[in-house]
Amino acid sequence: MSQTCDVLIIGGGVVGCMVARFLSQYDQKIILIEKEADVGMGASSANSAIIHAGHDPLPGTLKAAMNTRANPMWDTVAAELSVPFERRGSYVVASRPEQMARLEELLQRARQNGVPGAVILTGDELRTREPALSPEACGALFTPCAGLIDTLLISLAAAENALQNGVQILLETAFEDFLFEGRRIVGVRTNRGEIRCRWVVNAAGLFSDEVMHKAGVRPDFRITPRRGEYCILDQAETSIHNVLFPVPSEVSKGILVLASLHGNTLVGPDSQLVAEKDNEDITPQGMEEIWNGAAQLVPSLNPRHVIATFAGLRATGNASTPGLDYHHDFIIEIPAEVQGLVNLGGIESPGLTAAPAIAERVIELLRDAGEKLTPRKDWNPIRTPRPRFRELSRAEQAALIAKDPRYGRVICRCELVTEGEIVAELHGPIPARTYDAIKRRTWLGTGRCLGSFDMPRVVQIMAQELGVSPIEITKRGVGSNFLTRPTKAVEE
Amino acid sequence: MIKDRYDVVIIGSGPGGLAAAITARQNGAQDVLIIERDLEPGGILLQCIHNGFGVEIFKQDLPGPSYAQRFINEAKSVGVDWLMDTMVLDVTPDRRILAMGKHSGMVEVQAKAVVMAMGCRERTRAQIRLPGARPAGVYTAGTAQRWVNVEGYMPGKQFVILGSGDIGMIMARRLTFEGAKVERVLEIMPYLTGLTRNYVQCLLDNDIPLQLRHTVKRIIGRKRVEAIESVMVDERWQPIPGTEEIIPCDTLLLSVGLIPENELSRKAGVNLDPITGGPFVDDGFQTNVPGIFSAGNVVHVYDLVDWVTEAGRTAGKRAALYAQGKLPPDNKRVQLKAAENVRYVVPHTMNSVSLTEGDVRLQMRVRQPIEEPVWVEVRSGDKLVARKGEPYARPGEMVTMTLTAKHYEDVQHANELTVAVIKR
Ligand SMILES: Cc1cc2nc3c(=O)[nH]c(=O)nc-3n(C[C@H](O)[C@H](O)[C@H](O)COP(=O)(O)OP(=O)(O)OC[C@H]3O[C@@H](n4cnc5c(N)ncnc54)[C@H](O)[C@@H]3O)c2cc1C
Ligand SMILES: Cc1cc2nc3c(=O)[nH]c(=O)nc-3n(C[C@H](O)[C@H](O)[C@H](O)COP(=O)(O)OP(=O)(O)OC[C@H]3O[C@@H](n4cnc5c(N)ncnc54)[C@H](O)[C@@H]3O)c2cc1C
Repeated sequence: MSQTCDVLIIGGGVVGCMVARFLSQYDQKIILIEKEADVGMGASSANSAIIHAGHDPLPGTLKAAMNTRANPMWDTVAAELSVPFERRGSYVVASRPEQMARLEELLQRARQNGVPGAVILTGDELRTREPALSPEACGALFTPCAGLIDTLLISLAAAENALQNGVQILLETAFEDFLFEGRRIVGVRTNRGEIRCRWVVNAAGLFSDEVMHKAGVRPDFRITPRRGEYCILDQAETSIHNVLFPVPSEVSKGILVLASLHGNTLVGPDSQLVAEKDNEDITPQGMEEIWNGAAQLVPSLNPRHVIATFAGLRATGNASTPGLDYHHDFIIEIPAEVQGLVNLGGIESPGLTAAPAIAERVIELLRDAGEKLTPRKDWNPIRTPRPRFRELSRAEQAALIAKDPRYGRVICRCELVTEGEIVAELHGPIPARTYDAIKRRTWLGTGRCLGSFDMPRVVQIMAQELGVSPIEITKRGVGSNFLTRPTKAVEE
Repeated sequence: MIKDRYDVVIIGSGPGGLAAAITARQNGAQDVLIIERDLEPGGILLQCIHNGFGVEIFKQDLPGPSYAQRFINEAKSVGVDWLMDTMVLDVTPDRRILAMGKHSGMVEVQAKAVVMAMGCRERTRAQIRLPGARPAGVYTAGTAQRWVNVEGYMPGKQFVILGSGDIGMIMARRLTFEGAKVERVLEIMPYLTGLTRNYVQCLLDNDIPLQLRHTVKRIIGRKRVEAIESVMVDERWQPIPGTEEIIPCDTLLLSVGLIPENELSRKAGVNLDPITGGPFVDDGFQTNVPGIFSAGNVVHVYDLVDWVTEAGRTAGKRAALYAQGKLPPDNKRVQLKAAENVRYVVPHTMNSVSLTEGDVRLQMRVRQPIEEPVWVEVRSGDKLVARKGEPYARPGEMVTMTLTAKHYEDVQHANELTVAVIKR
């Protein structure tokens, strides 16, 4: 296989997919490669899902600039891509009187970063908005522009819209090395052959350091994975209505408690340095830490109501901000050492929030580098979503069942996902090929039974629709098969 | 044809639902409808192809599907309507039921009485916050059971089972018969949580080691399970350093408890007991919402199907009487309270009048095992109302106690009865 394109994007996380989607406005031939079996399998679907207001990053950093620039973009981006998004605002809660001074500092920071509408509320005001909050809570910084996004869907939605506009998406295609002519990058070598291109965008998340090192760029830049663990609590048992942060420390925004878009309460994350870039383990220490943290904000939370646990890895880098004593900033640059590389690195939080702004910034950098980007007349920013059964009115549901009876059969009883939706995803624009891919697209298996009801049924539907044996169906790609053999078969 | 009004609607066609439907018909309910989300009636019994069912009721040792079939046949002969492959989505406090299915579409029916018989679901790795990676190969025992017994596929080759519940032990034997290797059954408690008979027939007979006071410290493997790390725990369930062991396996099965499935009950306004996870019920299995009854594993988790059938019969009869406006007046409610070494008692309340109509069976679970003869005692204040002996008491085995007409006077004068299980 030898293909050619103008721009090759390495990595199908939210950043790579947003870059692909925004760049698809122009007359460029674009290919996005992703080493896994689906887009959005990394940090982009294992995070707090918050579109941050921007009071947290240090003024003057790229993090602050990208956060503030991106936040107002989300109404349009989410609407165009048909991804659930709500501006609920967020609260940084002071649990002790001496923390009130920190709230003032954060308010100043919010103003410096250009965050609109930030105010400080008293403890009493706070408890009328969130009755479950600790009686100790004495005040909070409220930022109305913070929001929540469907983080399992966002990367896919951006990728689908990019695909619609001509971007090629190659899954299970891993970047291995650059092809050079002198100092100019002319392509990449992947596990599936070479792809020639004029530009490469490094959006490899946790692996962005290794990718840039292959180009000889920033040999001192290192990503140290920082794991964050979470618990999800049953919405039938707990009802929190808001996004609640504690007062942050220097290294982390702390353990938060928030009402997810699905109504379940999310608790986490801790912050633990880990050696391996695939260590998404749940640990007793992590669980204890997030539980203690959460109890400070909302003492009534009960560990018996946990329905799911997960962990995500932050791609913490060591890039310094010029002129500031800050060493964990984003990298968004066209480095001088080589030609043809747009280099992104250290995109940890607020990377999800920042993704659309990063995409715009990439376009500006390409323009600055002399690329003539001509807008395409036929660009369509609107993604057409498949129906999500549980979000429809009763009348719409009935109409859908009348049209296709498979929408009448519930496969995931907790999240109300139907056979019709699963089949639609198996034949979608970027077809789901694994169980987890269906899960990200529909939220199936994320409820209180954690998939024990739907799993055999989904495996069966997948096998039937894809015309393969159930034994070939995997959870998340090669090597993660659910089943080993038919019963009563003689083993070799 | 499905009508839009029924005397009694039963949600779920497991043994609890089937018994309720039959008995409702036999007690004067004209129109009875069973709604079931699966393709076939029978509930969890359909995947329990092992024997051990019906020992109490039929004095016969039947496989699960045969036990269910007897009731399916009976339900057909007494005449009930069936709505299969249809999931109930909502029940209102005034008993309007919304259901949906691939072939039935959206269905709404009004019931005079409802029997909730949705059974239970299994606890998952998240509920015990099991540490480690999240690869393929971690399944609840019931999911594995469905794969093996219903779909005909093996979910692995080399197994470790966490939890000595009945489903786990039964699966250990089943998987062994199918040629898989079951390395170990780990149990965090210092005692077996399932039935002793299953320990003997499933584990001992197949040389499968059971390790009490052991749990899984970590799941290892990124794509598929590669091993688990086990560890011994102390009296407070804390891991004892130095006792870790890596056990290679490709599958971890969880048999760590069942939770009554009451999402619908909540929607209908039914109050739930935090200990059982099921509704507060009276001796006819009526909930706090008039006309809404419940029966079987949805109330509390049973270990023998025969008791589920019996509960279904009681609920079905009362539901039929309610639908006809013939329930005896609720003249006096007596509270039933768990006392020494009893975790809970079902029912939570009883009507003393019930004893003039028939027996009332109290069902309970003990907190601590007592491996010597015990008394099961029912008291009203200091006064002993009823007492029976048992050779032992174990948390894994439900204890029952029957009140009869001869206890009527005492119950009639009591406000509260306490139930205890103590050494003789
Ligand atoms: C615990 C936690 C909480 C967070 N909370 C928030 C929050 O609330 N709000 C917020 O704004 N941000 C949050 N973030 C940050 C946000 O999730 C990330 O910044 C964002 O998802 C980064 O996106 P990405 O595309 O750069 O990385 P990723 O999602 O990791 O995507 C990188 C992709 O590159 C692929 N890849 C890597 N190497 C190769 C290769 N050689 N060839 C091909 N493909 C390759 C990977 O498989 C992966 O799919 C959080 C992060 C974590 C971990
Ligand atoms: C694996 C296993 C092994 C067992 N082994 C033995 C044994 O050897 N001997 C013995 O005596 N007992 C045994 N038992 C116990 C006995 O089988 C159960 O206690 C009994 O089956 C419970 O009956 P039920 O009617 O309450 O629930 P179930 O049999 O679980 O039936 C509930 C039904 O409700 C349906 N349902 C749920 N929600 C809805 C909805 N919203 N809409 C429509 N339908 C719905 C379900 O699909 C299901 O069919 C075993 C149990 C299990 C799980």
